[in-house]
Amino acid sequence: MATAAGAHEAHEHTHYTTTGLDNRKIAIWAFIGSECMLFGSLISTYLVYKGRSVVGPLPHEAWTSPAGEVFKPILNIPVTSASTFVLLMSSLFMVLALAAVENKGKAGYEGLLGSSKFWLLATAIAGAIFLAFQAYEFTSFVHEGLTIRTNLFGTTFFTLTGFHGTHVAVGVLWLMSLFFIDLKRGLEPRDAILVDLCALYWHFVDVVWIVIFTLVYLIQ
Amino acid sequence: MSIDRAHADHTHEHPTWKQYKWVALWLFLITIVEVWAYYIPAFVASPAFKPALLLMSAIKFAVVVMYYMHLKFDHPLFRKLFIGPMIIAGATLIAFLFLFGNVRIG
Repeated sequence: MATAAGAHEAHEHTHYTTTGLDNRKIAIWAFIGSECMLFGSLISTYLVYKGRSVVGPLPHEAWTSPAGEVFKPILNIPVTSASTFVLLMSSLFMVLALAAVENKGKAGYEGLLGSSKFWLLATAIAGAIFLAFQAYEFTSFVHEGLTIRTNLFGTTFFTLTGFHGTHVAVGVLWLMSLFFIDLKRGLEPRDAILVDLCALYWHFVDVVWIVIFTLVYLIQ
Repeated sequence: MSIDRAHADHTHEHPTWKQYKWVALWLFLITIVEVWAYYIPAFVASPAFKPALLLMSAIKFAVVVMYYMHLKFDHPLFRKLFIGPMIIAGATLIAFLFLFGNVRIG
């Protein structure tokens, strides 16, 4: 018993720093801080080159090639608005998953709507739907003549949104791994930190999209 | 000790389900207004368009960070770890726009 208690204490010591904070949580915030600078540089690059493409297709304006071929504005705002809505909802699902794990067994957290499994899976599905929208968007752009090598808009757009999409894909894998852990052994309130770390990453991916949606898609 | 740790990790209680749903509703409504504004040509042509969209985006950003990421309720160190790099990223963006973009003073 004493050995078990000692092992538990040792285990605790591995996760807490002299600040009294969980070192995993400090690490994820430091990581998110570094990600801010990564996306800051990608967004800066997009904005610096915005409106400097010599050839089309262009994001908000129609463009006629020297050969007389007409390219319509390439951004599809209704589709992207739908994907933005899905990502925003996924953030709600994520906080509900975290609340379900933190309050497991308490009153008001019974049934399907109090199930962490349900909300984790819902968040992962919403992330996958967002990725499907992005795959559709990228494919339609390529069919309409815009690739990463076509012009400055194509290069900066695919780089920025591609990096973001990769982050969403990593988030979906992370969520699915938590979902399978929950299925296998069940996530208890003591495991809330595991979900909290994933939630912080997921919300960060969401806030990056909030900025991208405005700067890339809406502001002309 | 464990109480101190718990206190350090969660200086205040996290929002309730009800608050989370209100936050989601506001995010949804702001997004609708943003997209709606995009389809009003007179507003798009006006000088208020870009500041209005940037303001709405900033509000959504702040709401998600404060309520969903719990930065409003968590330890101040997390705030510093996030806001510090945000300031660097913002300053880099502004510097790049003045150095290489179409932004000019005067």
